[in-house]
Amino acid sequence: MLTINNIEVIYNDVILVLRGVSIKVGEGQIVALLGANGAGKTTTLKAISGLLHAEEGKVTRGSIDFENEQIDKLTPDQIVARGIVQVLEGRRLFRHLSVEENLLTGALTRKDRNAIINRDLEQIYHYFPILKTLRKRTSGYLSGGEQQMLVIGRGLMSRPRLMMLDEPSIGLAPMLVQEIFEIIRKINQETGLPILLVEQNARIALDVAHYAYVMETGRVVLDGTPAQLAQNEDIKEFYLGMTQVGERKSYRDVKHYKRRKRWLG
Amino acid sequence: MNWVLVPQQIATGILNGGIIALISLGVVLIFKSSEIFNFAHGHLLMLGAYVTWWFAGGNQDGTEVFNLPLIPAFLIAVLVAIVVGLLIERFALRPMTGQPLLSIVLMTLGLALFIEGVVSLVFGVQPSAVFPSPFSPSAVFRVPFPGAMGGFIILKKTLVLSFGAAMLASIAFALFFNFTKTGLAMRATSEDHELARSVGLNVPRIFGLSWAIAGVIATVGGILLAMLTGASLNLSTVVLVAFPAILLGGLDSFLGAIVGGITVGLVQALVQASSNIEVRNSAEIAPYVVLLIVLVIRPEGLFGQKRIERI
Repeated sequence: MLTINNIEVIYNDVILVLRGVSIKVGEGQIVALLGANGAGKTTTLKAISGLLHAEEGKVTRGSIDFENEQIDKLTPDQIVARGIVQVLEGRRLFRHLSVEENLLTGALTRKDRNAIINRDLEQIYHYFPILKTLRKRTSGYLSGGEQQMLVIGRGLMSRPRLMMLDEPSIGLAPMLVQEIFEIIRKINQETGLPILLVEQNARIALDVAHYAYVMETGRVVLDGTPAQLAQNEDIKEFYLGMTQVGERKSYRDVKHYKRRKRWLG
Repeated sequence: MNWVLVPQQIATGILNGGIIALISLGVVLIFKSSEIFNFAHGHLLMLGAYVTWWFAGGNQDGTEVFNLPLIPAFLIAVLVAIVVGLLIERFALRPMTGQPLLSIVLMTLGLALFIEGVVSLVFGVQPSAVFPSPFSPSAVFRVPFPGAMGGFIILKKTLVLSFGAAMLASIAFALFFNFTKTGLAMRATSEDHELARSVGLNVPRIFGLSWAIAGVIATVGGILLAMLTGASLNLSTVVLVAFPAILLGGLDSFLGAIVGGITVGLVQALVQASSNIEVRNSAEIAPYVVLLIVLVIRPEGLFGQKRIERI
């Protein structure tokens, strides 16, 4: 349903950040986008959601198609209206608004009547019961995990047909990360909502995803199903921290020059 | 203290405060939706007053182009204000999107000078004491009050009208911001523009809307003020009185604007009831002294939003 065709993104007319990225997200799929800092993962998401324009970034080549419509020339609000919502990195929320008001901002673009929106609100509380008990609280004072749940909930409130999550695990305790990814998996299974997931935590991302892309310095260097990627020696070494035998590696044994990545960066 | 003057000064102070509150509301509105402190608000106000004055027949000296009654002239001025607000957003502020806040604030300062220039080119620099008003400037209510001078408190009808308008406007805004979808969209936009875009809000349209509303409030304020003083380029300096009111109440609170406006009105009026001439002459500084004290105790103003810090 979403096809990114060989796009190139340039910031400020000079800085080339994406050099020919092609990605596909199919119906009902969770697709993970892995890679180190600065690989261009977030830029790819912003190219899709149209937020690049506000940052002097431009898609200069290639095209982005969503359900057979080219969307790379649309403004962010038009793209949200088409059903694509991006949940920004770092749990950004309207901190002075209450939890429920934050959720409702997600539904502001919809023309549905209040009854329908309230039903969706209940749906969100079903996935994240803790939010219901906190609904009147000022959202800025929530804990990190609660805030992450809130921003995902806000994304869902727009009734998206594709949700893009940017690093939902960032800065959270391992147990919370586990919990949040379980909910993401559950949402995907129950509603069939396709999710494009950007992650640095490769292990957990490969665990929930149906398909994954690995990005490095502005291009996709590897892609495949999680099973295929997990077999790849380079992925094991550089993303999952395993030695070739499959044991956990100790820092003492690491010799960074011993092994080079086999793909061209 | 000259006690016999106090009841009268309290009444005048509160009523004057109403106009100051109305002017503050417009500045708070822009700040709330876009975090921009609008230095051009006083000039929008002056523009509104002049447009009304011109359509209502101006100086009434035979040079008038239109000679409409006050209400139609006011309605035309409101339309002009909406258009001007939208134009400002489209051509002055939208190109500045993504620029540092300070540059945008300076842009409003530039706008102020631009409006002043246009007004003096179109309407001339000569102040006009004639301004259409439903009552004569000397029409008053006399309220019996024992202890006041002469046993009466005198309330100017124009002042009572503007006080009522200010209260109505602020209640309307409070309801609008807290209970409507557009109000929620504006509150959200004021916190984080990029985030507002990412949830699908049309941020330029929200800015345009808030500038249009601010233009309308400015026009209403301008007309009420001009009824008291006549139309002149100096009308714009009234924001100097509104500044302490805005900051006192907290930049982003409508309730704060009202309370701040009335406080400033009261302080100014009460200082003038003093029997010491030095104190009487300090009426213009007195609100700033109060502001200083309030800011030392509550840096976010009386009703401003506290900054949320999680540690």
